[in-house]
Amino acid sequence: MTEEIIIAGFGGQGVLSMGKILAYSGIMQGMEVSWMPSYGPEMRGGTANVTVILSDKPVSSPVLNHYDTAIILNQQSMDKFEPMVKPGGILLYDNNGITRHPERADIAIYCVEAAVEAAKTDPRIFNMIVLGGYLAVRPILKLENVAAGLRKTLPERHHQLIPLNRQAISTGMELVKEVNKK
Amino acid sequence: MKELRLMKGNEAIAEAAIRAGADAYFGYPITPQSEILEYLADQNPVETTGMVVLQAESEVAAINMVYGAASAGRRVMTSSSSPGISLMTEGISYLAGAELPCVIVNVARGGPGLGTIQPSQADYFQSTRGGGHGDYRLLVLAPASVQEMADFVALGFDLAFKYRNPVLILSDGVIGQMMEKVELPEFRPRRKENESWATTGKTPGRERNIITSLNLDACIHEQHNIKLQAKYRRMEEEETRCEAILCDDAEYIAVAYGASARISRKAVEQAREQGIRAGLFRPVTLFPFPARELKTAAKNAKGLLSVEMSAGQMIEDVRLAVDCRIPVKHFGRYGGVVHAPGEVLEAIKTFQV
Repeated sequence: MTEEIIIAGFGGQGVLSMGKILAYSGIMQGMEVSWMPSYGPEMRGGTANVTVILSDKPVSSPVLNHYDTAIILNQQSMDKFEPMVKPGGILLYDNNGITRHPERADIAIYCVEAAVEAAKTDPRIFNMIVLGGYLAVRPILKLENVAAGLRKTLPERHHQLIPLNRQAISTGMELVKEVNKK
Repeated sequence: MKELRLMKGNEAIAEAAIRAGADAYFGYPITPQSEILEYLADQNPVETTGMVVLQAESEVAAINMVYGAASAGRRVMTSSSSPGISLMTEGISYLAGAELPCVIVNVARGGPGLGTIQPSQADYFQSTRGGGHGDYRLLVLAPASVQEMADFVALGFDLAFKYRNPVLILSDGVIGQMMEKVELPEFRPRRKENESWATTGKTPGRERNIITSLNLDACIHEQHNIKLQAKYRRMEEEETRCEAILCDDAEYIAVAYGASARISRKAVEQAREQGIRAGLFRPVTLFPFPARELKTAAKNAKGLLSVEMSAGQMIEDVRLAVDCRIPVKHFGRYGGVVHAPGEVLEAIKTFQV
């Protein structure tokens, strides 16, 4: 099993840290992983993206041009990455701020209204709601390993926030809905 | 089982320097390698192993601090990215001329000039042909994973002291910035022994040690150069390292190092799925280039593809390795653009028409 994921959105949405939690969760599950960020000028105030690969085999290329799953959190990323989802793959997005919704008929499309939900409680849990949505539609990681990945990723001084983050993951799992039937 | 950590290549190289028993690191920030200095400053190893970490006022200052510490026989490392390495090349030439051991890390970015901050492999000529003035070579290691970023630091120090020569770890923005799981090497103590050649204060019973790259007598300097060349030939005999994957029955072989080797490996897997007999040859040392090993690996090949994020630099060594008897093509995006596996696969397929 190999899962090749792109997570893309604005800088500050927690794209890179969400990818890191996914990668660490993969390690906790005994998988091979890679995490490759965009680190160019675009991350300084613009778009940010990270390629995460989880596999039961050693990862060859950390850089890809097609993805099993695209997690898309702004319009620029939708325009760029929707065409790069493999046929039969998954596109998960937050429709907040999206002006052109995904159109492909050969992939499964899911929506998680994470920004609106996070605004009700704590904007910082936005990315964990999205992560919950992903874990619901692509249940390749055991939740206990995700919890362990969270512990590994968050600095210890922030460990009191783990219950809040786990709650956000559960919220995302409930919120996510399928937009089209493949 | 050892603890597995998820780390960036840059962080791994920094942690590995502490664990390799380095005495000192001198550096100056530049993207995409700044995490090396940041990580070391954060760890503050002077409190634990006694390793000195100092942000110099410039790359020129950093490399000359390296010269000083190396003259005292200490394990010393510096790091930079392409434009910063260019600034250091005068000092690197002096280090090579004075036969001083050190580890230099280049996490390369797109050039020429200030270029871009994105990954590149366009420093191959600079790295493998010396870089600065004079007839000298660096021993060049090319890591292709975060694990190798960690492992090559101690190896680099060992080779640097074995040959009394600077060792260059030539990485790129992909390997420096990506995170993978890494098993960190064991801690090694810092060196206690004094090198017989080092300038550590003259003791009775031996001549003064003089560290210099200057000789006013050309005949003496020619002899020094002949000695250096003999050293480089010995490296070519003893230190080539490489990895050959699926080359035995391969009709087409991608030759690639660093990030391009990882990307090409995926292209080779995809080619095999499509029934194309492709292989990957990965030089791990760039100088000495594993020419004999490549010649052997390519004995059944009909075409070699030099895949590098440059306009084609390593391709010259690839052609020389096979005496131009097999068609050799170049493929690579450059100037900071990273090629995707699919692009490499298409380039492999061009041999079939």
